[in-house]
Amino acid sequence: MAAISLQTETMAEEVKLFGTWASVFSRRIEVALKLKGVQFEYIEENLSNKSPALLKYNPLHKKIPVLVHNGKPVAESLVILEYIDETWKHNPILPTDPYEKAMARFWAKYMDDKLLPAAIKVAMSKGEEQKGVIEEIQKQLKTLESELKEKKFFGGESLGFVDIAANTIVWLVVAQEALGMEILTEEKFPVLHGWYQRLVDDAVFKECMPPREQHLSFVKVRFGSSTPSK
Amino acid sequence: MADEIILLDFWPSMFGMRVKVALAEKGLEYEFREEDLRNKSPLLLEMNPVHKKIPVLIHNGKPICESLIIVQYIDEVWKDKSPLLPSDPYQRAQARFWADYIDKKIFELGRKIWTTKGEDQEAAKKEFIECLKLLEGELGEKPYFGGENFGFVDVALVTFSCWFYAYETFGNFSIEAECPKLIAWTKRCMERESVSSSLADPHKVHGFVVVLRKKFGIE
Repeated sequence: MAAISLQTETMAEEVKLFGTWASVFSRRIEVALKLKGVQFEYIEENLSNKSPALLKYNPLHKKIPVLVHNGKPVAESLVILEYIDETWKHNPILPTDPYEKAMARFWAKYMDDKLLPAAIKVAMSKGEEQKGVIEEIQKQLKTLESELKEKKFFGGESLGFVDIAANTIVWLVVAQEALGMEILTEEKFPVLHGWYQRLVDDAVFKECMPPREQHLSFVKVRFGSSTPSK
Repeated sequence: MADEIILLDFWPSMFGMRVKVALAEKGLEYEFREEDLRNKSPLLLEMNPVHKKIPVLIHNGKPICESLIIVQYIDEVWKDKSPLLPSDPYQRAQARFWADYIDKKIFELGRKIWTTKGEDQEAAKKEFIECLKLLEGELGEKPYFGGENFGFVDVALVTFSCWFYAYETFGNFSIEAECPKLIAWTKRCMERESVSSSLADPHKVHGFVVVLRKKFGIE
């Protein structure tokens, strides 16, 4: 899994990413680094036995992902994505126009403030409560559809900041299959479903997804024994 | 063409104050519109249909929402005066990290202090002080979080200082006793016109919290 190599552009660079294979957050960083063609060493953390290196690089939160660039750590996935975009300027993931950039930041934040907590809640709830959370998520998905409109990706013609942050939806789709729920369906969300297919077919993005069977089992083990609800 | 800037805000909001500070740092003229959050204006609902919250900055008819996103927008559009974020990507990442930390912690913990009692309140106070001490450590010997210059993290945090009196009164503790360096920093920030003209009067905030507590049936 680790691949140490040196950039030979302007100077030798050392880029390390501490993550976990099923983390929506660390997978975002993998996508961004690969989109930019940045070589990096990946370190898989065991969150029940965190490495001294992780604790040293993220003493405040003690969480992954952490990007370490030439020995200097950056934490929090959306902060890391902006750092990557500002440091390796080719294949930009954020727009240059300040207004468009503000919109991209807004929707990425929406993924983390709204969609992700709801996705976790839906996996952990059962029966009537779960039905209520499913409805809440579907409202959020409708909101996202009206933002996406006719665009190929949230970022326009190619994957951008919001699409990377929206990888949460991949996790939602895995959860719905693993736990027998119906949330994001082609019938209810044709526009978003189309986007989802393009996302998971994207050459770079699909390299960075957790292996599906493993991911499904992981979700079943972690959240399973909920009563399936339709 | 002259820029048209409108800020939709609610006077006690420390989030709205962040935008006011940023606009003042850049010397910008704007129209301030006070929202009644129990009776939100059609304009607010149109400009922030997703969250229906303040602050909203409307620049030449286009809305920007979420206070730290608005502050970054202001910093990027009016980039020639008083930059709030540093130019180095690593320094920018550190500033964003700390602003994110402030967003995740301070509001919720502060709110717990004035809405709870007993053990819950003690736990909230303890964690609140721990967070402030951490921020004090990050400040170190620098005049501002931004270093020599007032910056993004200063904007993100200083607006909470006008709520400190309310937190201290309802929590029965002294923030200055625990975090003297941080209080010194708030005083230094208040020497700036942009900050002193943007922050609410702490006694007014306290009065507002008294009303809220009655409304929520606390104590």
